[in-house]
Amino acid sequence: MTVLLEARNIGKRFGGVQALKDVSLTIRRGEIYGLIGPNGAGKTTFFNVLTGLYPRDAGTVILAGAPLALGEPHRVTQAGIARTFQNIRLFANMSARENVMVGRHARSKVGVGGAVLRSRTQREEEAAIRRRADELLAYVGLLERADALAKNLAYGDQRRLEIARALATEPQLLALDEPAAGMNATETAALRGLIEGLRRDGLTVLLIEHDVKLVMGLCDRVAVLDYGEKIAEDVPAAVRQDARVIEAYLGGSLE
Amino acid sequence: MDIFLQQVANGLTLGSIYALVALGYTLVYGILGMINFAHGEVVMVGALTALAATKFLLSAAFPAPVVFVLAFIFAAVVCMLLGVLIERIAYRPLRNAPRLAPLITAIGVSIILQQLAMMLWGRSYHAVPPLLPETTHQLLGAQITTVQIVIVGVAALTMASLLILVNRTRLGRAMRATAENPGVAALMGVDANRIIALTFLIGSALAALAGVLVSANYGIAHYNMGFMLGLKAFTAAVLGGIGNLAGAVVGGLLLGVIEALGAGYIGDLTGGVLGSQYQDVFAFFVLIGVLVLRPAGLLGEKVAERA
Repeated sequence: MTVLLEARNIGKRFGGVQALKDVSLTIRRGEIYGLIGPNGAGKTTFFNVLTGLYPRDAGTVILAGAPLALGEPHRVTQAGIARTFQNIRLFANMSARENVMVGRHARSKVGVGGAVLRSRTQREEEAAIRRRADELLAYVGLLERADALAKNLAYGDQRRLEIARALATEPQLLALDEPAAGMNATETAALRGLIEGLRRDGLTVLLIEHDVKLVMGLCDRVAVLDYGEKIAEDVPAAVRQDARVIEAYLGGSLE
Repeated sequence: MDIFLQQVANGLTLGSIYALVALGYTLVYGILGMINFAHGEVVMVGALTALAATKFLLSAAFPAPVVFVLAFIFAAVVCMLLGVLIERIAYRPLRNAPRLAPLITAIGVSIILQQLAMMLWGRSYHAVPPLLPETTHQLLGAQITTVQIVIVGVAALTMASLLILVNRTRLGRAMRATAENPGVAALMGVDANRIIALTFLIGSALAALAGVLVSANYGIAHYNMGFMLGLKAFTAAVLGGIGNLAGAVVGGLLLGVIEALGAGYIGDLTGGVLGSQYQDVFAFFVLIGVLVLRPAGLLGEKVAERA
């Protein structure tokens, strides 16, 4: 398997707190890569650095062989990383379809001139954006809710809408930040099916998750963060046996 | 009854201009959450640059309707550049500052523009040559001038196009997404700086149009004309619900009609003690009334939802 993303020696400090220290990891094309760790271990910080929301203090990220400019989020998206949020961040007052259509922004181009003149290119592009948005809504099972405002969707639907919106940017890597947080068992099962479907369709997924069972069942490989450092990276079965990992989780079992 | 209809017609004319300016306030507020108090001065710059272009083109013997259009285009280009420049040097550095900072800066920009205009054009009132036919039409007992018809028509067309741009196009979606959550919009590939510059560009073009129309309506332009007009348009935006485009249109038209009716009847109602020179008072009664009774405006959402 070829390498899709390589993060080298990522460091991030907030005042006196070293949130990330020398974190290096390698994500292979087509795999589901899990990132776990106790609360405050730095998982979300790593995510925010990777997707350009936070500036990093040290390290480099290479995506598909090219160094990633991490300064501006919209460039990270252009380069091919999309994400969802632990606390859902949809455009609440836009419809489900429009949320996904915004996701097409990075992959479309008609500007002011075309929009004002309603040129043929503009109308064709707009129709294509809408078609693709509907396909993605159908993919996550939300097509019949396309016209509902995002804020009026059920919780689990909002999570799936965020995934559809992220997919609309045509990512090479889809980063999911605790997608199962707050979901009941049925919703989690549906989510699991959705993520497995993404892998079948060839997408690479980076998954942060508290639900260890979900991570262990779903991921090809798992990295464990503790106090901002990577303490393990391996297949789930090996990580589960790792002494440092068990210790990090207060000696508790990972089951 | 004649006075009533006449004043409604006058009010709708004035209101169309308020609405155009109010859209500029509301667009910027929607995206940046700030009141761009320099916006009224952009209207003034639009009126005065259009006047300068008009004089030049008339001396070159262009026909009047062509002059009207060309002068507007010139004013629009100047105002768009000005608007983008203001955003770039005065507001962008304060993007993450406390909310009071950009507000005070905006007032500063407004004063600077007024003073610059005074230096360039002097303190006097300039007569604007009539470029549109000065015919009047009878409509249901009201006298309506061609200028009024042009003002209402052009404003309506412009506002309809803006609503389509914002609600039906890729850029409009990006604008609304940025207004709701700039960080997440950026993650969708939206370049927030571009969208904000675009917002100022559109708002300034509308301001230039308003400047041309208002000086055509009154036949006068001067360096201080943007101040009161800006305040009234701001009132209109608040009345409709600031941040809401349809609200700016409704608020502008409503404020224009309230003012015109007030001016028309205030003499009768006070037995001649107060005359129509008190017209401006009504806008501020409306502003105070809205802020006290319905701070979110007629079509506005609860302000708390923004935070």
